[in-house]
Amino acid sequence: MHLVLFFIFGAVCVGAAINLLVQKHPINSALSLIVVMGSLALLYLLLGAEFVAAVQIIVYAGAVMVLFVFTIMLLNAGEEEVLPHSSRVAIVLGVPGLIAGLAIGVWVLGRFAGLDRISIGGPAILNGTEGFGNPQAIAHLLFRDFLLPFEVTSILILIAIMGAVVLARREE
Amino acid sequence: MSLHLWIIPLLPLAGAAINGLLGKRFSKALVNTIALGTTAAAFGYALYVTVRFLGLPADQIPHIERYATWISAGTFFAEYGIYLDQLSLVMLLIVTGVGFLIHIYSIGYMEHEGGYYRYFAYLNLFMFFMLTLILANNYLLLFVGWEGVGLSSYLLIGFWFLKDSAADAGKKAFITNRVGDFGFLIALFLLIKHFGNLQYEHVFNAVSPYPVEVTAGLLTAIGLLLLVGAIGKSAQIPLYVWLPDAMEGPTPVSALIHAATMVTAGVYMLERSNPIFDRAPIALMAVAVIGTLTAIFAASIGILQTDIKKVLAYSTISQLGYMFMGVGVAAYGAGIFHLMTHAFFKALLFLSAGAIIHGLGGEQDMRHMGGLRKYMPYTFWCMTIATFTIAGFPPLAAFFSKDEILWKTWARGDHVLWLIGIIAAGMTSFYMFRLWFLTFFGQYRGAQAEDSAHGHDGHDARGGHGTPHESPMVMIIPLMILALLSCVGGWVGIPTVLGGSDRFDHFLDPVFHSTAEAAPGGEAAAMPAEAPANHEEASTELALMVISVAVAAIGFFGAWFLYYKRPELPAQLAKSAGGLYTFVLDKYKVDEFYSAAIIKPIVLVSTNVLWKGIDATLIDGAVDESASGAKDISDGMRQMQSGNIRSYAGWVAFGAAVVIAFMVWKGVR
Amino acid sequence: MVPLSYYLVLSAILFACGVTGFLIKRNIITIFMSIELMLNAVNLTFVAFAAELRALSGHVFVFFVMVVAAAETAVGLAIIISVFRTRETLNVDRVNLLKL
Repeated sequence: MHLVLFFIFGAVCVGAAINLLVQKHPINSALSLIVVMGSLALLYLLLGAEFVAAVQIIVYAGAVMVLFVFTIMLLNAGEEEVLPHSSRVAIVLGVPGLIAGLAIGVWVLGRFAGLDRISIGGPAILNGTEGFGNPQAIAHLLFRDFLLPFEVTSILILIAIMGAVVLARREE
Repeated sequence: MSLHLWIIPLLPLAGAAINGLLGKRFSKALVNTIALGTTAAAFGYALYVTVRFLGLPADQIPHIERYATWISAGTFFAEYGIYLDQLSLVMLLIVTGVGFLIHIYSIGYMEHEGGYYRYFAYLNLFMFFMLTLILANNYLLLFVGWEGVGLSSYLLIGFWFLKDSAADAGKKAFITNRVGDFGFLIALFLLIKHFGNLQYEHVFNAVSPYPVEVTAGLLTAIGLLLLVGAIGKSAQIPLYVWLPDAMEGPTPVSALIHAATMVTAGVYMLERSNPIFDRAPIALMAVAVIGTLTAIFAASIGILQTDIKKVLAYSTISQLGYMFMGVGVAAYGAGIFHLMTHAFFKALLFLSAGAIIHGLGGEQDMRHMGGLRKYMPYTFWCMTIATFTIAGFPPLAAFFSKDEILWKTWARGDHVLWLIGIIAAGMTSFYMFRLWFLTFFGQYRGAQAEDSAHGHDGHDARGGHGTPHESPMVMIIPLMILALLSCVGGWVGIPTVLGGSDRFDHFLDPVFHSTAEAAPGGEAAAMPAEAPANHEEASTELALMVISVAVAAIGFFGAWFLYYKRPELPAQLAKSAGGLYTFVLDKYKVDEFYSAAIIKPIVLVSTNVLWKGIDATLIDGAVDESASGAKDISDGMRQMQSGNIRSYAGWVAFGAAVVIAFMVWKGVR
Repeated sequence: MVPLSYYLVLSAILFACGVTGFLIKRNIITIFMSIELMLNAVNLTFVAFAAELRALSGHVFVFFVMVVAAAETAVGLAIIISVFRTRETLNVDRVNLLKL
């Protein structure tokens, strides 16, 4: 059952990702990305990461992507033009990069063939651990072991806010 | 009980420093005072030292003073110290005495010259180095003095450095000396390697157990290498070529450095090393042969020279050859004796020549002289005494010294060398009297003056100066003193066969026989000090003396005939001799030979291989190539910064892929 | 159950898509979105391993990645907006004032 769900939503993910590449208008790409994020959230649920799934929807899909869509509409970005003079370097290095990435993936698969036998996923109840991935457990970790990074991250957000305000300000 | 001998070298050094650094602002009188004062003080102190020395008991001779350690490196050490024995005492008196007289003379000679203070500073500097050389108690300090006198010689030969020929002559002297110094240095290295350090006592003590080497061994090698050094400094074959050129310097310089003192440093060094040579008969023979050959070779060149100073230069080379001959037959005392008398008469000859040149306003060519005895009576008489001395007429000084050398050569069995020496003596007499006749007798052939301009500038060998005139008293007095010494200087060494007591040789005995007991070969060194034990020897000696005087007389008559009685003959003889004449006149073309065989190849190699090949191509090329290589590399790297964002993106992706691949590879190992 | 390697392969594919978009797209915003896609792919890997190793720190890390991504988005979009204001274009190839 998990396998089926995985394949469905995996396919949706990949399809949306490829759509992101193929579309010419950025708004279409943004909407595809939202689809990707949604499917990913579902995959997280399959993996028992409830909190992360929720945060994915709320923050990523709900805030970050909204920001993207907002910016696209603000700037009234049109369709992508086809410029004759595009960077050859990017294509020359990008395609091999993509191939390399995929090759790594396949290779990892082959190397860790043993992982084929390890199966994961399913609700925590099935695995015999109560509360794996729920907010309480994560909170325990976050506010105790990872307190310092947490606080530093909050400063990072502060800086980002200030930066965004300064950068986007219209010159008077 | 220190005699504070360090004062002696340091006084002239102080004079040189003061005159050199501050003399530009001094008046001539002040420069004089400083220069002469320090030299006179040195001479005076030397006299005092002599008196004290003569009162020393025998076991305190040699008198050694150690002042400070100079080098201390492992087992090798060298120090500042003074070694005073009879040999260095004699040299000391010669150097300071004759040096002082020449300083006085220089006041008059250099009166109208520029760079007055510089001249006296250099002269004092030379005195310092020469005294260091003589008084040193180890070979290293001797070498310091050795190089230093070479330096002073260079500075003084090239005193008129704006003249190309003078500057070239200075360089030639220094470089030729350097060739000899190379041999000297190797000898020093051998000494250090085999004996530990260079202190005289140490070396001589270490050498004494060595047997006499009948085949070439270590001591022969050292001896030959020391000989090479002496050849360079004392202008023997084949390194004599710098001495005639050195006549470019002022005449007092020629007198002091290239007659009386510096060129005798080689002889001194050989004499000082007599324990080594006593045990290396091959090296000793080499010394004798070279000396003899040089004596006759230089004499043959001197016969035809027309420049008065060049004649004297070749004469110096020839007489140095005699000294080498003396050393080579282990007649060390005779060698030093001749050195002493030579200092007197050769300095006198040069200074008289200087007076003549000065009186003629710079003329040096004897063909333009003649009949000068009317104009310069004092100079004439002094020069006469000097000429008769060098020819070897008794009872003047050189007769005794030269004859002693020749006698010792014969007595040792080297008849061939004696014969060559006698012939050279005849030639010496001949060319010296030729000079005498050409200069002082006959008609004055000099150019008449057009104006009465003072033609003293530079003392170039050109142009007369109106009437020849006598030199000022400040120049004549040293001449007279030297003439007196030439007369009586030989009397300290009158051999027993003539009724004297051979005092000089006896005086020098302890220097040359202190290690003689290690020479079982019945060295000739032991022989000459005693009076001839039998009448046969005595009569032989007398017979040889008569032959010497006869030969000198033949030379006199030959010169008289050719240059006084029939003065047109020499030109005819020259014409008939043709090619041979020009060959000898050209000094056997030795300079040209050296230039072609040695100098040109070196210059060629330097230019083509070292300069164009290695320096320009290799080194410059390497530097230039690396610079342009860096430029090319950065030119290539520059392409990364295209300003095109997507190419940046491409590079980022590429870099990330590389890093990831590396990490994966690392992880799976 | 789903083998772990399947999740990893999916993540790799998503990452590769992100890289491709990063390299071949000309619209700045689209490039930015590809970066987000890459981040998401990595998040998936983290969560997958967290599940396999039963270590919650994976989740925490994903949490931080998301925070950073959000901050980065905010600032990045602000920059894009100011670039748009001066250059009047969203085409990356036109932002080439540093060209040789």
